[in-house]
Amino acid sequence: MWETKYEKTSGLTDKKLSYCPGCTHGIIHKLVAETLVELGILDRSIAIASVGCSVFSYEFFNCDAQQAPHGRACALATGIKRVLPENIVFTYQGDGDLASIGIAETIHAANRGENITVIFINNAIYGMTGGQMAPTSLIGQKTTTSQDGRDQAHHGSPIKISEMFATIDGVAYLERVAAYDPKHVIKAKNAIKKAFQYQIENKGFTMVEIVSTCPVNWGMKPVDAMKWSKEAMEPVFPLGVFKDKEEE
Amino acid sequence: MAKVLMKGNEAIALAAIKGGVDAFYGYPITPQNEIPEYLSKHLLAAGKVFLQAESEVSAINMVYGAAGAGKRVMTSSSSPGIALKQEGISYIAAAELPCLIVSVMRGGPGLGGIQPSQGDYYQATRGGGNGDYHLIVFAPESIQETIDVIKESFDIADYYRNPVMVLVDGLIGQMMESVDFDRPVKERFLPEKDWATTGTKNHPGRRNVANSLHLDPAALEQHNIHLNEKYKLVKKNETRFELINFDNPKYIIVAYGTMARIARSAIEMLKKEGIEVGMIRPISLFPYPEIAFDQIPESVKGILTCELSMGQMLDDVLIANNGRHKVGFFGRAGGMLPDPEEIVDAIKNFNERVVK
Repeated sequence: MWETKYEKTSGLTDKKLSYCPGCTHGIIHKLVAETLVELGILDRSIAIASVGCSVFSYEFFNCDAQQAPHGRACALATGIKRVLPENIVFTYQGDGDLASIGIAETIHAANRGENITVIFINNAIYGMTGGQMAPTSLIGQKTTTSQDGRDQAHHGSPIKISEMFATIDGVAYLERVAAYDPKHVIKAKNAIKKAFQYQIENKGFTMVEIVSTCPVNWGMKPVDAMKWSKEAMEPVFPLGVFKDKEEE
Repeated sequence: MAKVLMKGNEAIALAAIKGGVDAFYGYPITPQNEIPEYLSKHLLAAGKVFLQAESEVSAINMVYGAAGAGKRVMTSSSSPGIALKQEGISYIAAAELPCLIVSVMRGGPGLGGIQPSQGDYYQATRGGGNGDYHLIVFAPESIQETIDVIKESFDIADYYRNPVMVLVDGLIGQMMESVDFDRPVKERFLPEKDWATTGTKNHPGRRNVANSLHLDPAALEQHNIHLNEKYKLVKKNETRFELINFDNPKYIIVAYGTMARIARSAIEMLKKEGIEVGMIRPISLFPYPEIAFDQIPESVKGILTCELSMGQMLDDVLIANNGRHKVGFFGRAGGMLPDPEEIVDAIKNFNERVVK
């Protein structure tokens, strides 16, 4: 007698993921997709894909989707949610998309308290374009456009999105999590689930920042990348709940 | 509803409501602010969506989202604001989503000025967004004509799944005229928006995706060909123009929008002096009414293009004329409006105006 203990979530399509080995996008896709299924909202969800490695996420999430211009995901999400308030609308954005070119769209969506969920993948680098410096790159981090390492005097410091967004009234829930080991993956899942639950309850803008990896562009083996995200990134981007409207 | 006296921008807003607008997303800019101001009051009161975005860039992407969700959605702006919207406009055209964009032109380039201009003909017909795409562009000459075309625009956008731009200048936006909002609109068969991203529960078994990415060159070329076939159909069905005083003209003026109105006065003045001048008034700028030029009599001595710019539609006149007649140009720019006498003078001294 066979018993199913684990299966691929129906929240993902059968399309083969385009992500590199050791990249946490695949894990986070699974967490989001499982959440949509477990909360029973998959069939009323609309995913907004951004520009970057996750540009094809509109092919992976098993729900309706729109693909946004670079940085504009929260504007699309706003446009949709305002006309379809009964639907669940979420964006899936990297650090270049959200923290650089799209920071205005994201801040103002948060400030309006748009009832959307933002999944923010912070891997401190531009992945799809081949490893350029990101607004979240660490001081000293070597990238193809900061070949001697990020220099604070020249490039500024890594931008801390969760700390910044914690000051915004419209934010209902905001947590920074990581995905470098099973314990943190489970915590990440809980945070994602809470964010979508808040959206279901119309509580306002929710965002989960996930400290992630990019082994290929970091020039590391997958295991070393997981280690670097814990040992180098986490001290700069400390984990935790930055805002929870229910706890105030 | 009887005729009412109304300001152009407010009439645009009310016409959009009559046309069934569900949502407006915009950002303030002179000289079109009465459009969002009017809609902020009346759309919200009607339970519809009005949202002032943080920028034009964001506003057009909100339009993209809501258009993808299948709603009747619009934005309005003016020259530098439309420039910022070009990115989103390209995506909306690429994803084949319907929407209405109202462009109330002011002088440029750069921050330019805030007085009426037609310096954004290229911006409207050539686009500033990337790639092979076209908007369907209408350029009415009066508030009444603006109302009529706006009311129809959502149907046209839905029918072709393409953004429609209504291009007026600050004069039409700011002046008042007596207008009628109840003139009939052409009936069109509009298919159900079964492509809209409304959640799979509304279309089980099929995921709807609004997208403009085609990494496979062969697939992208097929998309380009498909769009081009659509633009050909638009050209066949939606080309609009008016021929004025075409009985036995010596010269032909080509002018649109506000400049066409000034040219009408000039034509009357010339008639009194015994000089017969006709006019081609393009109403659709894309598709451009090239076929109107086939009706120009052989006896015509020249075509004078009149614009509130340094000569942009002139390119399309030269293409449509195809070397058949001498083409001259008269233009004012920067927000300066000519008196009809200046056009009278330009016709009388046509040879000095000929474009080499």
